[in-house]
Amino acid sequence: MSSPQFREPLIEVKDLYVYFYTYAGVVKAIEDMTFTIYKGEKFCMVGETGCGKSVTSRALANIVPSPGRIVKGKVIYYRDGKPINILELSEEQLREIRGKEIAYIVQDPSSALDPLYTIGYQIVETMIDHYTVKDWKEGYKRAVELLREVLMPDPEQRIKNYPHELSGGQRQRAVISIGLSNMPRLLIADEPTSSLDVTVQAQLLELLRRLVREHGLTLFLITHDMGVVAEMCDRVAVLYAGNIVELAPVDEIFKNPKHPYTMGLLRAVPNPQADIEKLEPIPGTIPNLIYPPPGCRFHPRCPFARDVCKREKPPLVEVGPGHYVRCWLHAE
Amino acid sequence: MSAEEVYEKKILDRFSDALIAFIVKIITLFKKDWAKKNKSRIDEWRLMLYALNRSPIGIAGLVLGLGFVIIGIIGPWIAPHSYDFSYIMATGKFKEYYLAPPGTGGALLGTDDLGRDLLSLLLYGARVSLMATVLVLPIGITIGIIIGLLAGYYGGAVDEILMRLTDVFLAFPGLILALAFSSALTQRIALAIAHSQFLTSLISSLFGVKPVDALNVAPVLSIIVALWIVWWPGYARMTRGLTLQEKNNVYVEASKALGLSSPAIMFRHILPNILGPIIVMMTLDIGGVILTEAGLSFLMGAMVKIPDWGAIVQAGSQYLVQGKWWLVIFPGLAILISVLGWNLFGDSLRDILDPRTRRSIEFKIKKKKKMEEGEEQ
Repeated sequence: MSSPQFREPLIEVKDLYVYFYTYAGVVKAIEDMTFTIYKGEKFCMVGETGCGKSVTSRALANIVPSPGRIVKGKVIYYRDGKPINILELSEEQLREIRGKEIAYIVQDPSSALDPLYTIGYQIVETMIDHYTVKDWKEGYKRAVELLREVLMPDPEQRIKNYPHELSGGQRQRAVISIGLSNMPRLLIADEPTSSLDVTVQAQLLELLRRLVREHGLTLFLITHDMGVVAEMCDRVAVLYAGNIVELAPVDEIFKNPKHPYTMGLLRAVPNPQADIEKLEPIPGTIPNLIYPPPGCRFHPRCPFARDVCKREKPPLVEVGPGHYVRCWLHAE
Repeated sequence: MSAEEVYEKKILDRFSDALIAFIVKIITLFKKDWAKKNKSRIDEWRLMLYALNRSPIGIAGLVLGLGFVIIGIIGPWIAPHSYDFSYIMATGKFKEYYLAPPGTGGALLGTDDLGRDLLSLLLYGARVSLMATVLVLPIGITIGIIIGLLAGYYGGAVDEILMRLTDVFLAFPGLILALAFSSALTQRIALAIAHSQFLTSLISSLFGVKPVDALNVAPVLSIIVALWIVWWPGYARMTRGLTLQEKNNVYVEASKALGLSSPAIMFRHILPNILGPIIVMMTLDIGGVILTEAGLSFLMGAMVKIPDWGAIVQAGSQYLVQGKWWLVIFPGLAILISVLGWNLFGDSLRDILDPRTRRSIEFKIKKKKKMEEGEEQ
């Protein structure tokens, strides 16, 4: 279903439903989510705020925050070719996978580090807890190497610094090196650059790309920035209100978008290649997920909406090689 | 920028600098490069003490509180007489030493109805009060912190069960609950002490009483045990609230995503981050424990046969109507001063441990210094 070099699946999400049980009602954050991430690829998930990107990524390691609950579905992780369902593992077994095989880079580096410990301590701590190093001494040596690898200036001094003594970019580098410390197979980066300025963003994206290339990592990148998508990814999933509306190789998305939402998204961001006179916002707002619109969740904002869109939910259909769309325009 | 450059120094600052230099020296004896690696931490300590030095009330509280601790430790040794020494028995002059007013023949603060020296009783009593705080707080706080952390971190059913249990304990008036527990426990504790040579010698040395009187410590010990039972709910509540707040921080979620175990997250990451308010509450509670312990021994009155401030007040209160004020006023003052000291210190400690208020204090000092420099030029 994707470009031929990535054939072996690493993680498969099947039919995932995540609901949040709030006082206001049940928020149907994610419904009917199915996708596969292949070994060695850079998979991207893009969408507006609140469309369920972060929740999906948390479901992969089964750390959906309360009051969220995974209602049904499977997350199958291929460990040395053997499939295991992450959602059925015990807390102990999960701990072995989290941080060691599936690592996480969170959005906001300023709060992702414990303010009371030096960054060296925090890097070594995960390695000690997963027994990847013998003792603290070896751990600190590794930490210096890791920091050098993520291009932290003067790593020998930096491991003794506390988070507040570092700049935003340096903190994010520290967070990335914590994520890398156990050489995970899947690196989930949840908007790793959104709180940083543009020059640092570019450096960090380049860094992530290099790490993927050199260590054979698989990258699952979450972003709302189409520019980052174009820059970084092999395949893209476009999310809208908890559904995947389009899933395709990155070139396809930009050259040949099929879903009205994707088209709208592309018209709403500046594109140096296409000669668009004016950026067009998508009319309307994202729906309330406690009472999502019936049928296709995008139909209230969709210029092509028909009767069937209001009644029935469209299926995800393949319209080209590796190109899937959830829209009645293409379902028949 | 190091701390010295920015602040004008007062005598107290020199003293606190010397204190920190001394501590650093001791640590470097054990860990060689410690001072170099932790320079920012040492500077932070300095700034904290500078801020404390600018608060006269805090310093006064610290002096009073430390005075209480020091007297509590050395009291039994510097007391002019033993607590069971009686001027009446020693001299046979009943008329002169029965409830003698302060200053009578060697008894600086007067004597009680048995002719005992009130000053000595108070000094011995300081040790009992000190032991009560030392024994009550760490255990009460530990129980409270563990319960609060578990409830706040796990949430859901665990939270519900633990917090309802806490509510049950909070719903009883603490003093009455403690009174009930302590009167029920006294006999059992006395039995336990009577049967154990080790307990006897331990208790007599801890409380500064003679081994024969170890049994008489039982009421005080029962008060201490009772206070364990009523002291933890406050801490459990507070720790839970702080944990809930701290849990929302991304680094907690990040450590979970990195596969740290729950105990590691709770005790290694959450607890150190919420320790500040707990320490402040503890300092304020030192006064609280002294007061409650004195109150309980006052209520248990005649049962308490060792010198305890509350019991001395109780015994003296019956002579108050005859105008023998010293038996009530002096132990009362002792309680007042030690409680007040810790409360004042706790208040200013709160300002210092809270980074926001501390920065504002530091800012004021810096500004003052700059203005003075400007005038000179």
